[in-house]
Amino acid sequence: MKIAAKRNNTNSIVTLVCVAVLLITLLVINKFVRSDSMIMVVLQKTCVYALAAVSMNLLNGFTGLFSLGQAGFMALGAYSYALLTIPVEVRANVLYKHAGGIIDFCLPFIPALLIGGVIAAIFAFIIGLPVLRLKSDYLAIATLGFAEIMKNIIMSNDVAPLTNGPDPLSQYATGFGLPTYLAISAISILIIVLLIESSYGRAFKAIRDDEIAAEAMGINLTKHKMMSFIISAFFAGIAGGLLAMFNTTVSAVSYSTIMTYEILLIVVIGGIGSISGSIFATFLFVACREWWLRFLDSETLIPGITRGSFRMVVFSVVIMIIVLFFSRGMFGDKELPQIITNAMEKVRRKRAVADKVGESK
Amino acid sequence: MLDYLIAGLAVGGQYALIAIGYTMVYGILRLINFAHGDVFMVAGIMMVYLAASLPVYIAMPLVFVLTVLLGFLIERVAYKPLRSAPRMSVMISAIGVSYLLQNFVLYITGGLSKQYPALPLLSERVKLFGIGDKAVVFVTPVIAIVLMVALMLLIKHTKIGMAMRAASRDFETARLMGININRVISITFIIGSALAAIGSMLYFTKFTGVQPTSGALPGLKAFVAAVFGGIGSIPGAVLGAFVIGIVENLAVAFDLAVYRDAFTFAILIIILAVKPTGLFGEKLTEKV
Repeated sequence: MKIAAKRNNTNSIVTLVCVAVLLITLLVINKFVRSDSMIMVVLQKTCVYALAAVSMNLLNGFTGLFSLGQAGFMALGAYSYALLTIPVEVRANVLYKHAGGIIDFCLPFIPALLIGGVIAAIFAFIIGLPVLRLKSDYLAIATLGFAEIMKNIIMSNDVAPLTNGPDPLSQYATGFGLPTYLAISAISILIIVLLIESSYGRAFKAIRDDEIAAEAMGINLTKHKMMSFIISAFFAGIAGGLLAMFNTTVSAVSYSTIMTYEILLIVVIGGIGSISGSIFATFLFVACREWWLRFLDSETLIPGITRGSFRMVVFSVVIMIIVLFFSRGMFGDKELPQIITNAMEKVRRKRAVADKVGESK
Repeated sequence: MLDYLIAGLAVGGQYALIAIGYTMVYGILRLINFAHGDVFMVAGIMMVYLAASLPVYIAMPLVFVLTVLLGFLIERVAYKPLRSAPRMSVMISAIGVSYLLQNFVLYITGGLSKQYPALPLLSERVKLFGIGDKAVVFVTPVIAIVLMVALMLLIKHTKIGMAMRAASRDFETARLMGININRVISITFIIGSALAAIGSMLYFTKFTGVQPTSGALPGLKAFVAAVFGGIGSIPGAVLGAFVIGIVENLAVAFDLAVYRDAFTFAILIIILAVKPTGLFGEKLTEKV
């Protein structure tokens, strides 16, 4: 009992240290690196995708619901954010085919982000009613279908006065620095972590481990699954809004199944059921995709083979290797602080044994 | 009205050929082969490139053989090593393969939509029942049904067909009875890919643009068709595909073209809510 308490204590200290180190590093980078350098772009995108990945992990990793609708919820968030923050005077320009569109007001960016999240959550509730009754792979295909339909409806001409149809949206609020992305993403992830640590989170994990046993223990399956689904969609919506902010244009085409696949692969690489894993995997994923593997796209490297998008092929092969041979991901279902504490414990024990051996001699 | 119905039957036939691949794999491995739609798309892209440098009469069988080989290799490389892993790992592996194939085609094509070559006979315009369209529209349903019947005969009357039925009934017991399960699975993938190759020739002759994402939506709809008919059942998948093809085209007829994909998934959700095992699916009870 005492040992467990002590362990818990070191664990939370290590967690605090980890978060502090991470934040300080990021703030130092923000202070000393030019804002248009590659590392800043990568870090901003990491903040966006990390939130998307953690929101997916909440569903797939902690509640055991294999949902593939993330891109659909992100598209909802992105469109809400973009539509609500286009300044009134440029609306006629952006939605020129529809005389400025239906919406004729402009909101500050934080309320717009939150509304994007809420809209995604409302859709999640509507879809969730029928879909959450389905079992694992049926749920996957139904949510994937939802995302695909969402994309098509947003692009259709019937709703074009609202969404600008197939044409992209632009000139909305953008140009924020790393601290903005970091703050929004970190607060959102913190809320998800607190949720997972709460009694609701324990109920989610119980459902993941064994649905029937969880139900027998008195956990309301429908309520908790719905709750997890809605919360995940809410944060996916916010991540979508952040992505819109990052990209400076929004077009429904890019919110395709491949985006969901990428987020799922990030979650898998980090370890299904590990928040810190998702965050680190996001950084590696984004950095490889946008930065470290860029050299593979230059036509001079191996003439005739390397050209545009070659890095994506190499990259997908690497991901396949990870999926096939390291299917537990980087951190498995453990968190980084836990791994560090365990390692410290191991070292301490080894030392204690060594000391004892030394004494007896 | 009749023209929409015929178009619906044609699309249905194309979906049917893809759906059979899904339903057979799911029947045996309990795996949604997310890469199946992309195999279909890759078959289309291979035809674009091969027909550009070879006569079509050589390109067509070559595409067929290469697609079969692709399906076989995907199973060997990406699914076989995970045979004893949790189901979710295999599904993720399938998603990884799908991601790889899409990125590979993106690299090859540079992201541009490629024009599918005109195939002999199939691309010719004919007039039937007072409707003028490419011949492929009229022959697709016939081809789909003929292939379905042939496949059902194969499954009913040959030794390998019996092995397949045994494996889909009870994987472990089939293995204990001395059935070479890896061979059965390989053959399942070969048949599925072969039908996807034929399906892609029929589909892209009608809808001639091929791009990396071309396989996603037909793949999803074919899977819905398989679920509709009861996963594991071949005639069920074909029937489901025809229903979806017709519903889709009726949606277009009634000026609801935008929502035709939504209709497909409404069908999926309704069927899963009312009869989760599909029309011809076997009843499963969960044991605690």
